[in-house]
Amino acid sequence: MTATTLAHSVVEPSGRSKGIAGTVIVVYAVISMVPLVWIFLTAFKSPSDSIAYPPKIVFHPTLDGTCNLFTTISRQTADYISSLPPPANVCDKIARARNMVVAGPSNFVPRFLNSLIISFGSTALSVVLGVTAAYAFSRFRVPAKDDLLFFILSTRMMPPIAVAIPIYLMYRELGLSDTHLGMILLYSAVNVSLAVWLLKGFIDEIPREYEEAALVDGYTRLQAFRKVVLPQATTGIVATAIFCLIFAWNEYAFATLLTSGQAQTAPPFIPIIIGEGGQDWPAVAAATTLFLLPILVFTVLLRKNLLRGITFGAVRK
Amino acid sequence: MSEHGLSIMEHVARATPETVARRVRGLSDRAIQWLFISPTILLLLAINIFPLVWTIRLSFTNYRANRPNARLLEIGIANYVSVLTDPDVWAAMQSTAHFLFWTIFLQTSIGFGLAWLVDRRFRGHGFWTTVILIPMMLSPAVVGNFWTFLYQPQIGLWNYALQFLTGIPASSFSMIGSVKLAPWSIIIVDTWMWTPYVMLICLAGLRSIPDYLYEAAEVDRASKWRQFDMVNLLTNGGPGSTTELASITLKREAFEKWRTGYSSAFAIILFVTVFGLANIYVKVLNRVKNR
Repeated sequence: MTATTLAHSVVEPSGRSKGIAGTVIVVYAVISMVPLVWIFLTAFKSPSDSIAYPPKIVFHPTLDGTCNLFTTISRQTADYISSLPPPANVCDKIARARNMVVAGPSNFVPRFLNSLIISFGSTALSVVLGVTAAYAFSRFRVPAKDDLLFFILSTRMMPPIAVAIPIYLMYRELGLSDTHLGMILLYSAVNVSLAVWLLKGFIDEIPREYEEAALVDGYTRLQAFRKVVLPQATTGIVATAIFCLIFAWNEYAFATLLTSGQAQTAPPFIPIIIGEGGQDWPAVAAATTLFLLPILVFTVLLRKNLLRGITFGAVRK
Repeated sequence: MSEHGLSIMEHVARATPETVARRVRGLSDRAIQWLFISPTILLLLAINIFPLVWTIRLSFTNYRANRPNARLLEIGIANYVSVLTDPDVWAAMQSTAHFLFWTIFLQTSIGFGLAWLVDRRFRGHGFWTTVILIPMMLSPAVVGNFWTFLYQPQIGLWNYALQFLTGIPASSFSMIGSVKLAPWSIIIVDTWMWTPYVMLICLAGLRSIPDYLYEAAEVDRASKWRQFDMVNLLTNGGPGSTTELASITLKREAFEKWRTGYSSAFAIILFVTVFGLANIYVKVLNRVKNR
């Protein structure tokens, strides 16, 4: 605090304006977190607590939702249940208390794995394509450069449903329907436009002198690209990867239209988790929480890059 | 193509003096240039442009994807005429305009305000900025689905919080069941989700970021109408068709009524409209920024 009050220059905001700004931001952040906290709390409620009126803030936490998310259960007679060996785990126990038995694992884990494979796969591909294309656009006199760049950006304005049916027909011909590869290519095609534009911005800021020095030292262009430009562009690459990952991880329209079993990701799956008599909100909440986790961890681990990449880092002198 | 480039380069390398040969060792700049650009262009041609051309082609036919063996008729611009004369389409356009106007207005003003405040760089601004960003990391579909729960009149948190704050009884209104409130229910969720994104863009603007980043982000935002996930799962167009945005109508025509030709024409009209609007938007933005 002393450090901030000492710095009382024109460029540095005063302590009081900082205090007010900080308070408003914290209040906004807390309010905007309420729905998320509610999702998190609901994940640990019993189904009846989750739909209690008035909404329960204090409740007895259970694993009902988590168990319903990971298992499929079926109703059985009391006689049959009492004839079974003692419950093997907590989910067994919860199910039997409600006259149910665990019939097997649910589809959540395979869907989640599909999400991991497809989103990280497409993020890697978009970033590789993006950084190479961005480098070429940044450093070489590409013919019709502006037109090509605009073409690349304009593909992003295409509504997914406009191309979904032809893609569906095309993928069926090529044997790409409902495959990981098909979805990785598709998401990369959507993301690569943004990747090229973002990364071109970052690479433009890297002084050419660095590479030229390397070329004079006997590096080939490819070596200079790999050993000089890529390390300098790390911040931009990470920021781009975060944006690509967020899109691919959360994409719903194509996933629901083009995949059915094999390669279906989690977003089309989570909203259709049904319990007894309607949507099983604790299970949905548990799925939502778990589904947010990888993105959150990835972003928090790399947040310095994201914030610097978007706000400070692009101007690197 | 790269192989061809390579062999030429070998010839050139052999015929040139030692020092020049060292500079072109491996691949020439020109070969690298195309090696680096062509995969991206090819991917976009295969998965964006080719299907788009196909859609244009289908938009002049009576094709229905659920009856692939039916006789295909060329019907000229009939699909375009029926889209543009369909009152439902105009209603959807109106809902979309209402939705876009309010979400852009709210997100821009709140997002800019937040960015301006974060730019004061108070203690812990990095941490709180990250917290504010979290809603935009969520899946719109999953979020839309969960907000149907938050908006439940009796048991939902939203109505309960409003009752707590204003005294209006929680069970006296339904955000997604009422014709009047439903359009606002999707505006609220969209604003909650995407204001952080606008804040990021504004932060970039406040800190003089290269135009490329700015333009890419803006175009990205201008084309966000194409996302229908959240609305699809939150209200699915209802009640009546009060929240039936153009993208929802499009989905209904394409995948519920299976009018592929008609929906293709509609999709092309939307794409052209958005393309035009986004162009104007970016131009105006640049003019404002340069002032």
